[in-house]
Amino acid sequence: MKTSPFLALAALLALAFTLATGLVSRADNWSGRAKSNNLFGMMFGDGRKLFANQFFVMADVYFHSGYYPSIFDQNAASEKEIISASHGRKESEEDEKKEDFLGQPKDWIDAFGRNFRITQHTHLENGKEREVLPWLRLAADLDPQKIETYTVGAYFLREHLNRPGQAEAFLREGLRNNPDNCEILLELGRVYHESDHDLNRARNVWELGLKKYAALGKDAQKDNQIVCDSLLVQLAYLEDEAGNYGRAIERFRAAQEFSPNPQALQEQIDAEQKKLAALIPIAPQKPY
Amino acid sequence: MNKIFALAGIVIKELYRRKDFYVLFVLTALLTITAGAVNFFHDDKIVVYVKDICLLLIWVSALVIAIVTTARQIPAEIEARTIFPLLAKPVSRGQLIAGKFLGCWLATGVALLVFYFFFAIIAGSREHIWPVAVYLQAAWLQWCLLAIVIAMVLLGSICFTAPSSTSTITFIVVAGILFLGSHLKIIALQQPEPMQTILTVTYFLMPHLEWYDLRDFVVYNLGGVPLLALVLVTLYAAVWTGIFLLLTWLGFRRKSLNT
Repeated sequence: MKTSPFLALAALLALAFTLATGLVSRADNWSGRAKSNNLFGMMFGDGRKLFANQFFVMADVYFHSGYYPSIFDQNAASEKEIISASHGRKESEEDEKKEDFLGQPKDWIDAFGRNFRITQHTHLENGKEREVLPWLRLAADLDPQKIETYTVGAYFLREHLNRPGQAEAFLREGLRNNPDNCEILLELGRVYHESDHDLNRARNVWELGLKKYAALGKDAQKDNQIVCDSLLVQLAYLEDEAGNYGRAIERFRAAQEFSPNPQALQEQIDAEQKKLAALIPIAPQKPY
Repeated sequence: MNKIFALAGIVIKELYRRKDFYVLFVLTALLTITAGAVNFFHDDKIVVYVKDICLLLIWVSALVIAIVTTARQIPAEIEARTIFPLLAKPVSRGQLIAGKFLGCWLATGVALLVFYFFFAIIAGSREHIWPVAVYLQAAWLQWCLLAIVIAMVLLGSICFTAPSSTSTITFIVVAGILFLGSHLKIIALQQPEPMQTILTVTYFLMPHLEWYDLRDFVVYNLGGVPLLALVLVTLYAAVWTGIFLLLTWLGFRRKSLNT
């Protein structure tokens, strides 16, 4: 019997369609990859997290306009400057010296070769900080659990690019991926406080951050002490701004327990106490 | 000299008849345009990563074109036995090598021009600045590097049996020098003897190809390199190209052409 090739093709297509209708629902359960809501998750699965740190490093490389230690240089493993910048740390002269990873030329080849590589330690400024954003976006897509990506990205969006709305959206994304993270809440509060000047919202977010910190295990609490300190100090400044000096003193006192420099906080407490004393009305004297 | 130019002309014609360059150019353009079309945080002024990706692709493409084109020149002539009528023209073996080198070098130069023109259009359309001098410096140094690489491949093509092995080995050597070249001294100092001496000698003896990479200067708009350094590094490339071509000629002079 001779079968028409078109008939065979039609029969095969019908078979493929029938099988597909039966298999689609089952195939969904075979792998979590297909369910991933981003391209990297679908392509690399959990392996994508391996690249996330590299992309975060790329953001730091761009922040320094290419002046960056390689894995062979001494201070290759030091803290990323985009992180310290986002924590508000200013560079001292000593830090600058430490980051001069090139040092003196080792020989004439090294000396001559420096004509062809970047030897100046600079940071992006005047809005050019935007150039670090693509790498932070990719790092967040690759590893949604990497907290620094959200906090650093939001810091640059808020502080240098004046885009608090996008900073908030990025942090909200981070919060959706890491609902119990107090560091993201700390940065989110900063957006409300410093950019939107919305004290109540900032207070609520930071207080939620403290609750999340309290709910952490002992080891995690130890790792996040500096975040707790920042949350309490930020809340103290907020209360000071709102005129609640008594509450500010309470927050500073609580922060002393976690702070690496409690003496500095004591000075703040003294200043708040003076403000509080100035507020107490002097009792009217009896007329003689 | 005319014979050398005639041989070079044939190589250039071969490059634009083959599809390697077109495929790599389209791939570079496609990937760069795709990267440029991605919107990060609704900011259309972000440009550095596009330049970085485009230049990386240009570097990879130029190396592939140079190495693959050069690696097959002499083996293909021997394989097809066209080398015998060629040498009977009469063309000396030295002229053959010089012609093949010049052809490959000029062909990659043309390819580089097209790539950098595309790069300048892409970067200029986003940045609205045209640092032509830096682009020219970067392209010139890359072309100088390719001269060394082409001469190195020609030497490899008379040492190794197949073009594929020549290409692979050259890729490894060039990538190794580009990645480790400037750090080899640091690595050497951390090794015990005799490795320390071996690596230090290698560091001083190898061609420092990493000097020819001005991508960071272009990507971050940091201006060019001093003119004196540019002249010296060009001379350095000429010396290394000469060394490799001389070694190729010495090897090819006594090579049996019967397959």
